[in-house]
Amino acid sequence: MSTAAHADHGHDHAHAHHEPGFVEKYLWSTDHKMIAMQYLFTGMAMALVGGFTVYAFRMQLAFPGMSVPGYGRVTATDYNALVTTHGSVMIFWVAMPVLIAALGNYLIPLMIGCDDMVFPRLNRLSYQLFLISAIILVASFYVPGGAFGGAWTSYPPLSAKAEYSLTGLGSSMWLFAVALEFAAFLLGGINFVTTVMNSRAPGMKMFDVPIVVWMIIIASILFMASVGPLIAGAIMLMFDQQLGTGFFDPAKGGDPVLWQHLFWFFGHPEVYVVLLPAMGIVAEIITVFSRKKLFAYKTVLYTAIGTGVLSFFVWAHHQFIAGIDPRMANVFSVTTLLISIPVAEMVFVYIGTLYGGSIRLTTPMLWALAFIAEFLLGGVTGIFLGASGADIYFHDTYFVVAHFHYTFFPIAFIGSFAAITYWFPKMFGKMMNETWGKVHFWGTIIPFNFIFIPLFLLGIRGDHRRIYDYRHFPDLMKAGMQDLRILATISLLVLLAFQVVFLVNFFVSLFRGPKAPMNPWNANTLEWQAPSPPPHGNFPQGLPNVYRGPYEYSHPDRKDDYWPQTEPASEPAKT
Amino acid sequence: MIDQYVESASTYAGDIDNVILLILAIVGFWFLLAQAVFFGLIFKFKARPNVKAQYVSGEKPHEKRWVALPHYATLVFDVLIIVMAIKVWHEVKINLPEANSTVRVIAQQWAWTFVHPGPDNKLDTADDITTVDELHVELNKTYHFELTSRDVLHSFSVPVFRLKQDAIPGRIIKGWFKPTQTGQFDIQCTEICGIGHGIMPARIVIETEAAHRLWNQANAPKLADAAPTTPPTSAGGMP
Repeated sequence: MSTAAHADHGHDHAHAHHEPGFVEKYLWSTDHKMIAMQYLFTGMAMALVGGFTVYAFRMQLAFPGMSVPGYGRVTATDYNALVTTHGSVMIFWVAMPVLIAALGNYLIPLMIGCDDMVFPRLNRLSYQLFLISAIILVASFYVPGGAFGGAWTSYPPLSAKAEYSLTGLGSSMWLFAVALEFAAFLLGGINFVTTVMNSRAPGMKMFDVPIVVWMIIIASILFMASVGPLIAGAIMLMFDQQLGTGFFDPAKGGDPVLWQHLFWFFGHPEVYVVLLPAMGIVAEIITVFSRKKLFAYKTVLYTAIGTGVLSFFVWAHHQFIAGIDPRMANVFSVTTLLISIPVAEMVFVYIGTLYGGSIRLTTPMLWALAFIAEFLLGGVTGIFLGASGADIYFHDTYFVVAHFHYTFFPIAFIGSFAAITYWFPKMFGKMMNETWGKVHFWGTIIPFNFIFIPLFLLGIRGDHRRIYDYRHFPDLMKAGMQDLRILATISLLVLLAFQVVFLVNFFVSLFRGPKAPMNPWNANTLEWQAPSPPPHGNFPQGLPNVYRGPYEYSHPDRKDDYWPQTEPASEPAKT
Repeated sequence: MIDQYVESASTYAGDIDNVILLILAIVGFWFLLAQAVFFGLIFKFKARPNVKAQYVSGEKPHEKRWVALPHYATLVFDVLIIVMAIKVWHEVKINLPEANSTVRVIAQQWAWTFVHPGPDNKLDTADDITTVDELHVELNKTYHFELTSRDVLHSFSVPVFRLKQDAIPGRIIKGWFKPTQTGQFDIQCTEICGIGHGIMPARIVIETEAAHRLWNQANAPKLADAAPTTPPTSAGGMP
């Protein structure tokens, strides 16, 4: 396709290049870096939507019935729409675009040493579909009946019939937005996998590919293999909504539980689709800032693949008590607990990487370390839910909410902040302010724990999910329970307030930050051998050659404590 | 652990609590150990001037051991948890002991209808007692429930029993419980079921044999004038 043209740009950038206009440069670009920026900024904007919704409904939980400043009174209908939108937006329109699409697009060509994606126009189409899907989702708040309020899992018959959900148009828009967004990421996934398979720099063998690239590839394959059933299910559900078919309607011979299988067959691998890239980011950062080779590179890779394969066999642990054959719970309990093994092993490997290091607690390193510490709690609390006997009590309580926020918040936010603070100098050619970065770090991590530890306690005490006012439940208004809800909400307000620090630091650094050198962290991987920011075509001095793996830090034969992948060995290479 | 906060009022509540406690002990230990090692390493290996990091590939057998050993430990403890969890799962969800009585639980947007067998202890007879949002059961009797829904998915949850089961329209799902303590407790709908999901509370009233007999007598439809479908005297309703 247009790769040939792009290669030209890479080689004689100065004169073969006409200066693109604003639209062509920022909105209609096929440059992987610009598309990554589009995804990043759209993701950040959607994070504001997700943040605003959680602000409104958490205020309602802490102070039921009050008029929430900036929103107004949260009715039961609003509450359902807000929690549904919060969940859908944070997973599909924040975690996915930032971790997979933005970072995948930005990092893959730079880290494997090529000038662009293999299919740049497919890439542009992918973003455009994604943008349309985001607009449709947000627009659904303004249609008659309002936004869909049947939870991000969208179980029929509630989601299938307007007479049940009372949001006929909103339900269909939600579903259409989700399906369209998946189509967008399918295009992206095809691009990622093809690019890494075909466009690696000369000399870059499979085990010389940085872990974050591997993780994004494995995640893309997981996504592509799991999303088919869900897109099919979404179309069936849309037929049920709009054409009156009965795929999920028991009165017409359908089965509502079928949707749950289709949804979770995608939904559980989806957890790993976002987890793996975050794990990859953490691998890059902890190696750079502990000046250490990654402990057992191949083990990380194989456990990631193992996790990916196993993740296709755990989905029904979301449905233990949903009316599936109870004997099936035994099988899924076993597979679910087994998946703890490769994930735990990855964490052990990362902890092992710190051993013998020379650890610098920069802002990106703090985020990466916080990811490990917080994700550990999210991981171990999953055991309670994967064990069928214990899940009977915990299912659909706040224990579940707290558990997956201890996994998803580290993934979507801690992972993204780690990535943004680490690659910011490369992306924008400017350094971010470290002091404000650390202020933002502590102002996020501390309140985060004060939000979700109370939710664990509330879950243990029986708070069930998606309830807009607990005053209807005498057993849930016992002493101290409302205090815990208020504590969680106040902590959320603190956390949200500190995000202003991040946004200010981000934009001030973007325009006024000190100029970043090519390789500010003394890192090995290829993106740090391109100028900051890299021009169209990435490597103006010519595409790089690769001589070794990405994690040769503190090698005993070297005076420097790093050894870029592109640097030819003075003596014949040892690899 | 759970029973400090939520009363334990069924025969299997204690067993579920014990599984939770077992998991807490196991994962709590490993969680604290992992965090201790993690923070210990961060402090021990903080960058110092002129000290270069070590070069460790993690591929040598004596290095791999540090990952392999926790790996096997995870496996062993996983198996232990699985065995205990499945044991309780069988007790609650697969095993169906002989019942003294059967109640029908019907969920709809946004109320619970409970059909009690009445004085003759048989469902679908003229003396069935139908209530809304209030379920009356007798202490130390084994009950079967027949759970269904009239419209969307709901979930029948009785936290003091540690019992939860989704209700599906078009299907009747059977289960059981045996109350072990008198009192009035919440029944929750734990599956989102529309805009009224938050206002679908009900209460379970667990009574002694004598109190339950009185309630049966007071509320059973008079056989002379009642068809089984007659609405009940409103025994339910929320405070």
